[in-house]
Amino acid sequence: MSDVAGETASVQARSDAGSPGVAAGFFGQAAPWIALALLFVVLPLIFPSGSALTMMSLMGIMIVFALSYNMLLGETGMLSFGHAVYYGLGGFFTVHAMNTVIHNHLPVPLPVMPLVGAFGGLLFGIIFGAVSTRRAGTAFAMISLGLGELVASSSLILRGFFGGEEGVSTNRTKLLRVFGLNFGPQIEVYYLIAAWCLLAMLAMYALKRTPFGRMCNAVRENAERAQFVGYNPTMVRFMAFSLAGLFAGIAGGLAAINFELVNSAAVGAEQSGLVLLAAYIGGVGNFIGPVIGAVLVTWLEVMLSDLTDVWQLYFGLLFVAVVMFAPNGIAGLVMRHEPLWQARAYGSMLRLALAYLIALVPALLLLAGLIMVIEMGYHLSVKASEGPTISLFHLTLNTTSALPWLAAAVLIGGGFFLFRLTWPLVDGVWHNALARAQGAGKAT
Amino acid sequence: MTAAAIKLADVHKSFGATRIIRGVNLTVPAGQRHAIIGPNGAGKSTLFNLISGRLTPTSGKIELNGEDVTGLPPYQINRRGLSRSFQVTNIFPRLSVWENVRCAVLWSLGYRYAFWRGIDGLADVRVRTEHILAEIDLIDRRRVQAGVLTYAEQRALEIGITIAGGAGIILLDEPSAGMSVAEAARAVALIRRVSQGRTLIMIEHDMDVVFDLADRISVLVYGQIIASDVPAAIKQDRAVQTAYLGTAA
Repeated sequence: MSDVAGETASVQARSDAGSPGVAAGFFGQAAPWIALALLFVVLPLIFPSGSALTMMSLMGIMIVFALSYNMLLGETGMLSFGHAVYYGLGGFFTVHAMNTVIHNHLPVPLPVMPLVGAFGGLLFGIIFGAVSTRRAGTAFAMISLGLGELVASSSLILRGFFGGEEGVSTNRTKLLRVFGLNFGPQIEVYYLIAAWCLLAMLAMYALKRTPFGRMCNAVRENAERAQFVGYNPTMVRFMAFSLAGLFAGIAGGLAAINFELVNSAAVGAEQSGLVLLAAYIGGVGNFIGPVIGAVLVTWLEVMLSDLTDVWQLYFGLLFVAVVMFAPNGIAGLVMRHEPLWQARAYGSMLRLALAYLIALVPALLLLAGLIMVIEMGYHLSVKASEGPTISLFHLTLNTTSALPWLAAAVLIGGGFFLFRLTWPLVDGVWHNALARAQGAGKAT
Repeated sequence: MTAAAIKLADVHKSFGATRIIRGVNLTVPAGQRHAIIGPNGAGKSTLFNLISGRLTPTSGKIELNGEDVTGLPPYQINRRGLSRSFQVTNIFPRLSVWENVRCAVLWSLGYRYAFWRGIDGLADVRVRTEHILAEIDLIDRRRVQAGVLTYAEQRALEIGITIAGGAGIILLDEPSAGMSVAEAARAVALIRRVSQGRTLIMIEHDMDVVFDLADRISVLVYGQIIASDVPAAIKQDRAVQTAYLGTAA
C-alpha cells in the first residue's frame, strides 16, 4: 500500500514538473541502481572469505528467483506452488547447453549461458502457463501444485534429460574464455551472478512500469473490472506467468553455473516452497521485499543450518510469525515508517527507535527461552545417546536436570509478561508519531 | 441510415428454470440518452450484464453498431466501443485514483499488453488521464488509494473509469444511487457533460434524475419492456403508472 503512495508520488512529480523534472527524475531513478551496482562491486572486498563469496552468490541467485516469483504473487496476485519448475528447467537447459558447448568446442563464453536458462524457463512458462492461467485463485494454485509434482516425478523417470538421482554435472571452466577469465574461482562466478542479478532486477523493475505491468496490478485488484476496460485477464496472467518463468530460468541458469550440477531437487516442491517463503517474508507488496527476503532466507539457510539441526523449525516459526504479525513482510514493516520519514519527524523516529529497543529486550528473553526449549527438547528426543549436556549461548546445559527447563520457562513466561507490558508503550509512541506526522502533512 | 448503437432482438435469459429476461426488444439510436426504469427484480441489471458481455443470453441477438456481439466476452465488447459502470462500486481498490483511471485509458490508446515501453513516458496516456480526473473532479485526490475515497468520490471514479476509454456507448447502472440530493445533482451534471455526443443507457431509480436526463425511457417489468417512449408520454402511460410509478405520480 505504501508502494502505491510512493509510486504515484513520483508520477505526480513528473506530470507537474515537465521536461526538466523528467531529466532530474532520471538521475533520481538511476541513483539507487548505481548505488546497488557499487555495493555489488565492493561486497567481496568487505567480505572476502570463501564462505562469504559462496553465500553472496547464492543470495544473488535467490534475489532473481524471488523477484520472478513476485511477478506472480505480488504483482498479479497468483499464488504458485510450483515456481521451481521453471527455475529447475532453466538450470537443466543451461547445464545441457554448457555440456554441448564444451563437447563440440563451440565459441560460446560462459556469461551468456543464463540466456539458455531464460529460454528454458520461458518455453515451459508458455507451455504450462497456457494450461494453468485459464484459472485464477485457488484453482490456479492447485494446478501449479499438480504441474510441480508432474515435473518433479518426471525428473526421476526421464533420466536422459534430468540425469536421475545424481543429476547432470558440468565444468564451467571449459567454455570459451573471455578477458582471460575461466570462472574457476568463486569470486569470478560471484561477479558473473552479480551482473546478471543487477540486469534481471533492472528488467523486472522496468517491467512493473509498463502498460502490461500496471494491468498486472489491475488484474490482481479486480480481474472483472479489467475486462470492462478492454483487457483479457487470462492474457495478462499468461504473459506474467511466462515472463516469471523466463526470470526464474535465469536464476536456474545461474545456479547451474554456480554449482556445476543440477539435480531433481531444483524442480522440487521444497525449492518451490523456499521461494514462496522468501518472497512472503520479505514482503510481496514492495519491489524491495523479495530482495530482502531472498537475502535473509539464504543467510538463515546457510547460518542456521551450521548452528542447529532443526533450523527448518526456526524457519517455519519465522514464517508463521510474519504471516501473523507482519502480513506485508519485512519491507511492509519498514515502509510503515515512510510517513514519518517523509514528514521529517526525526524526533518522533528517535523516540520510536527507543521504544522499539525497550520492547526488544523482553522479546529477546522470550526468544531465548523458546530456543532453549526447542534445542533441549530436540537433544533429549533425538540425541540423548550423546550424553545429557548441550552447549547453548556459550553455556553448558544439562537437559536432564530441572534447572535449565525452569530457567527456560521463566524466560518465556517473564519475557511474554514484560513484552505485554512494554508493547502499549511502543503502540502509544507510534500512534503519537503518526498523528503528528499527518498533522504536519496537512499543515503544509 | 446508420445502424443503431444498440439493438436487442428477442433476448432471453434464464437462470435454471427462472426466466429473468423474457424477450426484450430494444433499439437505441446513436447519440440518444436512454433510461431504463422498472421495479426491483425486473431484470434491469441483468439486461446490462447481457449487453456488456458479463452474461451470455439464453437466446436472442445483441448488436452493437450493427455488429453481432452476442456471447462475446466483456473485453471484446469493450474494445468495440461499449463501456459500463456498476451498481455496486467496482474499482481497483488498492491502486491510486490516478492508476485506476490510467488503467482504463491504456487499451483505447493502443498500448494493449505492451511490456517493452515505460508507462510514465507516455504523454497521451498522461494527458487523457489528467483530463478524465479533471472531468470527474478528482484531480486533487489522484494520489489517494481508491479504496479510501468517500462513497460519492468512488461513484465519480466509477464513472471516470467508464468514460476513460472514450467509448461511444456508455452504460451507467444507478449512477446516483445512495447519494445525497446535492451529490446526485453533481452526478447528473457530470453525466450530462460526459454523455455529450455519445450514446447513453442508464438504469436509474431517481425519477428526477431520469426525467431530467433522458431523451427516451423504457420501462422493464418482469423481464419485458412494457413501454418505451419520450419522458412526457411515459409519465402519462397508464400501464406504467400501475406497474411502477404509482397512481399518485
